[in-house]
Amino acid sequence: MSPLLDVTDLRVTFATPRGDVKAVQGVSLSLEQGKTLGIVGESGSGKTVLSRAIMGLLPLQGVTQTGSVIYEGDEILNAPNARLRRLWGTHIAMVFQDPMTSLNPVLRIGQQITEPLKIHLKLDRAEARETAISLLTQVGIPSPIERYNAYPSQLSGGMRQRVMIAIALACAPRLLMADEPTTGLDVTVQAQILDLLATLQRDRQMGMILVTHDLGVVATRTDEIIVMYAGNVVERAPTDVLFSQMAMPYTEALLRSTPRIANPSHTRLLTIEGRPPDLSSPPPGCPFAPRCPYAQDKCREAKPPLTPSSVPGHSYACWFPLGSGTRTDGKVGVA
Amino acid sequence: MTDIISPDIAPLMPGMAASSIDAEGDPTQKKLGIFFWICASWIVFVILMAIFAKVLPLPNPTFQNYAAPQNAGPALGHLLGTDDLNRDILSRLVYGARVSLVVGFGGAAIGMIIGGIPAMISAYRRGRTDTFLNTTSYVLLAFPVIVALIVIIDFWGRSLPKITLIIGLFSAPLIYRVIRASTLSYATRDFVLAAKALGASDRRILAREILPNIMPTVVSFGLIAVATIIVLEGTLAFLGLSVAPPTPSWGNMLDEGSTLLSGGAGQNNPWLVIFPAAAMFLLLITLNVVADKLRSHFDVTEIKL
Repeated sequence: MSPLLDVTDLRVTFATPRGDVKAVQGVSLSLEQGKTLGIVGESGSGKTVLSRAIMGLLPLQGVTQTGSVIYEGDEILNAPNARLRRLWGTHIAMVFQDPMTSLNPVLRIGQQITEPLKIHLKLDRAEARETAISLLTQVGIPSPIERYNAYPSQLSGGMRQRVMIAIALACAPRLLMADEPTTGLDVTVQAQILDLLATLQRDRQMGMILVTHDLGVVATRTDEIIVMYAGNVVERAPTDVLFSQMAMPYTEALLRSTPRIANPSHTRLLTIEGRPPDLSSPPPGCPFAPRCPYAQDKCREAKPPLTPSSVPGHSYACWFPLGSGTRTDGKVGVA
Repeated sequence: MTDIISPDIAPLMPGMAASSIDAEGDPTQKKLGIFFWICASWIVFVILMAIFAKVLPLPNPTFQNYAAPQNAGPALGHLLGTDDLNRDILSRLVYGARVSLVVGFGGAAIGMIIGGIPAMISAYRRGRTDTFLNTTSYVLLAFPVIVALIVIIDFWGRSLPKITLIIGLFSAPLIYRVIRASTLSYATRDFVLAAKALGASDRRILAREILPNIMPTVVSFGLIAVATIIVLEGTLAFLGLSVAPPTPSWGNMLDEGSTLLSGGAGQNNPWLVIFPAAAMFLLLITLNVVADKLRSHFDVTEIKL
């Protein structure tokens, strides 16, 4: 079975006055129908740019995109908007990061959900209304008929994100991109929204790409995880393999900086020292080397390629992977 | 029991009083206020008078009634008096309002269409067209409007449609700038990108996502534009460059009245100037108040976010 989405060596470069910013530097991934792929990385790692480039939502001016994005056998990278518009909504849909700003403040919820139904499925008013209310019910909005006539400002953040999901799912897309769908929400609501996405994804057999900075979010809800750093894929593995045999120090650092409920209160939250490199002039070696507690001279000189490990499906970009015994220094790189 | 004492305590506890107001209804739903409605009524009243001028029991504004007193102040037969040609001032004011309103609203509408629509498209699309239109609008704004108007009207003619069209054209650059700035602030919002990601066409995004958001600006700035254009027409009329006499307009009434003011003994009738000036003043101030109140009323959506 050919994959739903196949991305090969995708590179995205922004032309800026300071020089070219290489936001995505050769990412390959593939996703099958009904599977969930997690993309994890800190702010500025290129994960949002990657997801927008896959969808073709980046502005055309000042942006260079090379490589290939194949959706159901068709190349869609750099396709004209007119062609992408036939995919947007009906084939590929996106749930945006911030439910506070992703809904139009002056239009009623109902209007915003029925809009894609009218455009793509050519439903009339009454049919669109009925479908919209059923969608609102599916995403767990209480008293959907009243909410249908509400304005976004009358709903809470969690409710708005549910509405965003309902809008994204309106035309039954086959691929759902969720770009940090829970970042602006509080923890209990986060779990509800993620469970909702997982349920809908299973029921509808959608492919889903879940973009997040939180390894905890993707741990139980994805089939495969890609860890991104400074525009590069630094580790990719099936979810269970990643957590059992993580090889890249960056992945380990990300995991360490996830707050844990089990920790006693006032435990100092571990952070990753330093900042991601400037993408307009990346360092010559491994992009993580300046912040890596295990970095050696080789790391600062040559960039490690993404190499497969002994476990099928697992690959990493590191000269001295964790657990390989080649590390010279066991100190934990946190203050 | 609590019901009886609470009104006495409430003023002492402002926090409590405020929360009880919140509980009653949506606190963000501000009232427009009585002043707004008085001003809006006046504008509607002037518009209705102008529309139904023919039906009203008014003498013909150009009729020289030699039976009436000449150059007289307000009296029973002629509520606002008569001018030096024995014409009824009230009638001339009502008919003169037609000129001001047609030029004001017509000119602003033309300006909105040829300035506002390109503004929305260029702010949303950006690129070369935007740069070009933007630069053009700056160049046009640097042009001395009144001089250009005088020259064009002098050559082309001074009928009402022509004056409306020309003033509309000259108001377009300013309207372009305002609408473009307003559109720009919405064009990059997430909900616009979200609509795009759902497959909405550019036209649909402009009409359904952006236009409702910039509507408060369109309406309030539109009313300000109407007021500004009325002043501009008044200026032209005062210079004798608007509709030709004997057709009345507030501007040419002011012009004629002010000439007579300095005319010497027996000719001195200040009402000839006071009434058209008052009519224009009242219409302008009500337009500005309505525009301003509407703008702050609609601003609520931003605060609520």
